[in-house]
Amino acid sequence: MSGAEQGSWETVIGLEIHAQLATKSKIFSGSPTAYGAEPNTQADLVDLGYPGVLPVLNAEAVRMAVKFGLAIDAQVTRRSVFARKNYFYPDLPKGYQISQYELPIVAKGFLDVMQEDGTVRRVGITRAHLEEDAGKSVHEGHAGVSAIDLNRAGTPLIEIVSEPDMRSAKEAVAYMKKVHTLVRYLGICDGNMQEGSFRCDANVSVRRKGADKLGTRAELKNLNSFRFVEKAINHEVERQIEILENGGKVVQETRLYDSDKDETRSMRSKEEANDYRYFPDPDLLPVVLDEVFIEGLRARLPELPDQKAARFQQQHGLTAYDAQLLTASREMAAFYEDVVAAVPTDAKLAANWVMGDYSAFLNRDGLEVAQSRLTAAQLGGLLARIVDDTISGKMAKEVFEVMWADGSDADAVIEARGLKQITDSGAIEKVIDEVIAANPKQLADYRSGKDKLFGFFVGQTMKATGGKANPALLNDLLKKKLTP
Amino acid sequence: MTARTLAQLAAGLAARKYSSAELTQAALARVQGAQPRLNALISITAESAQAAAAVADERLAAGKAGPLTGIPMIHKDIFCTAGVLTTCGSRMLSNFVSPYDATVVARLKQAGMVMVGKANMDEFAMGSSNETSFYGPVKNPWDETRVPGGSSGGSAAAVAARLASLATATDTGGSIRQPAALCGVTGLKPTYGRVSRYGMIAFASSLDQAGVITVSAEDAALTLQAMAGFDPRDSTSVDAPVPDYRAALDAPLTGMKIGILKEFFGEGLASEVERPVREALATLVKLGAVVKEVSLPSLPLSVPTYYVVAPAECSSNLARFDGVRYGHRCAEPRDLRDLYTRSRAEGFGAEVKRRIMTGTYVLSAGYYDAYAIKAQKVRAVITDEFRRAFQDVDLLLAPTAPTVAFGLGDKTSDPITMYLNDIYTIGANLAGLPALSMPCGFAGGLPVGVQLIGPHFGEAKLLGAAHRYQQVTDWHLKTPAGFAEAFA
Amino acid sequence: MSLTSKEIETVAGLARLQLTPDEIPVYAQSLSRILGMVGQLDKAETGLVEPMAHPLAGQVQRLREDAISSGNERDLYQRNAPQVEAGLYLVPKVIE
Repeated sequence: MSGAEQGSWETVIGLEIHAQLATKSKIFSGSPTAYGAEPNTQADLVDLGYPGVLPVLNAEAVRMAVKFGLAIDAQVTRRSVFARKNYFYPDLPKGYQISQYELPIVAKGFLDVMQEDGTVRRVGITRAHLEEDAGKSVHEGHAGVSAIDLNRAGTPLIEIVSEPDMRSAKEAVAYMKKVHTLVRYLGICDGNMQEGSFRCDANVSVRRKGADKLGTRAELKNLNSFRFVEKAINHEVERQIEILENGGKVVQETRLYDSDKDETRSMRSKEEANDYRYFPDPDLLPVVLDEVFIEGLRARLPELPDQKAARFQQQHGLTAYDAQLLTASREMAAFYEDVVAAVPTDAKLAANWVMGDYSAFLNRDGLEVAQSRLTAAQLGGLLARIVDDTISGKMAKEVFEVMWADGSDADAVIEARGLKQITDSGAIEKVIDEVIAANPKQLADYRSGKDKLFGFFVGQTMKATGGKANPALLNDLLKKKLTP
Repeated sequence: MTARTLAQLAAGLAARKYSSAELTQAALARVQGAQPRLNALISITAESAQAAAAVADERLAAGKAGPLTGIPMIHKDIFCTAGVLTTCGSRMLSNFVSPYDATVVARLKQAGMVMVGKANMDEFAMGSSNETSFYGPVKNPWDETRVPGGSSGGSAAAVAARLASLATATDTGGSIRQPAALCGVTGLKPTYGRVSRYGMIAFASSLDQAGVITVSAEDAALTLQAMAGFDPRDSTSVDAPVPDYRAALDAPLTGMKIGILKEFFGEGLASEVERPVREALATLVKLGAVVKEVSLPSLPLSVPTYYVVAPAECSSNLARFDGVRYGHRCAEPRDLRDLYTRSRAEGFGAEVKRRIMTGTYVLSAGYYDAYAIKAQKVRAVITDEFRRAFQDVDLLLAPTAPTVAFGLGDKTSDPITMYLNDIYTIGANLAGLPALSMPCGFAGGLPVGVQLIGPHFGEAKLLGAAHRYQQVTDWHLKTPAGFAEAFA
Repeated sequence: MSLTSKEIETVAGLARLQLTPDEIPVYAQSLSRILGMVGQLDKAETGLVEPMAHPLAGQVQRLREDAISSGNERDLYQRNAPQVEAGLYLVPKVIE
């Protein structure tokens, strides 16, 4: 497909994000929610939909949903209602899912999402409602049968439904990442996408640029990584444009993203007779929240990513982009703040190191902040040696590698390896004199106009000091010496 | 009178006239003897009953007995009973052994009661004649060619034949009161939320309420005392103190205002039923009650309202019966859809299927507002009319059923004819009100019941009025000829 | 109010009930009768009335504290299961 063809179309995306709430027990039963247990060992009578059993709502799930609502400046519904969504599926034991329909607990909020180019797009959040997760069907490993594990059934979920406010796969991913950041800040979801704790469906449509009416959408299911969201949406956009360019019509349907084949395909089995017959669940009463309950939760909200980023910009003079990156996770932001404490005069240096070498090493080793051996105090100690000119930035990288590997402190590494920077101008001048004396031809050439040779002298001098000369001082002295 | 009430049996046990083991043995013998004639039970639990009786006798000996300890009883087979077959009158659950006890079962067990069996019932409590049971119809002990009413037909027939002095029951649209009336026993449906629904297999969750069928109002009071109260496992259970129902029985009726429901004394009510009902009213007046005619103009819409609300909820409640985790599963399903459609088609009877389909229809896209929402609005109107009526009166009085017990098979051909049996009882379910039916006479040798309806949580008033009435009448002590000899 | 065979089939499909060809007209007739009776509701004046989903007005949902109260009872619960293997419930292959 040519860029020109795609260029005349506009993509419209809305996301439905499912975040598992990090409660100890399930939303309507006292079963544990821990991941990875033996099949069906964490499914009690309520989760199994046994005859006669009844749901009782978990207070913590309600608190978590309200916290989310407060964090996105939404209306927290004072009277919300649980409804039954009726459909048959083997992983849905009761034949209905308890969800919220007409009166969700959270309505009308928004998130401001920074894009890669630094611009901000506001994404409307239509609603966020509480519901129970389904179990899992295992289709592999059994001939002709599917095997059902209901451990996940009844795990509390908050489904966060956005407005169709995103215009590209990248924007969708940026929004999803922002929600991911937020739920982890709030401590309401562990965000583990591999385990399915955080996943999304994408509603994707395209329309001619300038058109008012939305195109027919397809719902992409099973998007459980940021990369898949981007790939699946891009695929779907191409597929729809191709259909429309060829005079066809997009069919409203559910499509499943297959990450192995990197394609979406129609889920006809789920489409058939899609009539969920929602009605208020008579086993549950309206959830009524008063001001005391809501304000109590508001008072206990942590500093949120946007607030933290604003503070970093204001207090530390960071750019909006850097502040955004540093606040992407609560742990990273806290780590950065601890590093800054050691070098309060040079927050930019701290930010660069945290986002640079430190993050790169974490990535390389596949570690989270909490898992790295290197503490913020240790990194701060290293940066303090740069600030006080004990070592150069370049030497610091070498020291950092050692610290990362064996967990030692910066000063110990500097001492042991004799890495202290030479800041005595007399000592450096002496070396420069020797280098000049040893390279008369280069000196003559330089003085006759070959400016580039300055670098040669820097290199030679640095080499002769074993790389320890303070680079700025060396520069100054060398300039003086080379000038006739 | 040879019949024993629960209160009499408790006194006998306390006085060591007989042991619980003896009482239980006698009850089991009666239950087994009556079974071929009445088919009132689905399971007889002789072994566990004997064990429970032994424990009860120890409690009695140790002086740790309560008013119900050691007394044989029967649970409607809608209540889950741990380790015991729990069928709900359906083929779907004909192989289902519950792993847990319903709260009602646990509480009566705790009180020391001895379950001797599980009562037959209309399948999933859907029916008014006990003819929809997978286990065959129950016969009315007063005339074995007639129905006992339903859905708690087994419970009512069992108490009428004095197989036990009490049986638990449930009432979604009259399922306690109507069979109680047709069998000549006392049936109490408490306020919605007064007794836990946990472990009671759901038919229509916003209407279902557990209650009891007994010989007398006094016995109902004693049983309700043990059954009622908040249950943290039922979100719709009400967290309010349970009054002392026994203590409230003797309150005089002087000045009590009884409202006559005008709408229920018109067309459709058999005159042979109306006469004893009006006589019961006259007796209550003699006891000091004041009568006032009350009109609830929307009440005639109870039946259509109910036949939207109940099927809607049932269609969803019964979706869990899919042949995957428990219950009937068809042989060799071809695929998933075949597993569902055939297991459910084989497991459910015709009336249950009819209600599931009706409910599915009224909830489906395009019909929800016209049917489901409209019915919920009419339900609100009816409830409000009741609320206003109770500003003027203490209790409402009406017939329980329009006719006496009808013949087996007489009304099975047309669902509407069958549904109209509950025309006088459904209103209390829609509004969540407590109501009671008690025997008030006979017509052609068949019992007639009168219904009292109270305001929310007005059980003490209801039971008090019924008890005072039963102090001066003996209709509730009459037993069918074939079952005259009482146990113990 | 009269339901067609097609409508009965749709409803039975949604409710996952297999009907024989003989049953379809029988249910069409009885459901039509029931819905006809239910049609009386149209006469009721309910303009501004709030639909009532629950019989006890003013009752609100109680919240349970977040605590684990259920242990592993898989063996007991699966005694009722028609087909299990290695702790998993088995159904005919689900095709998506």
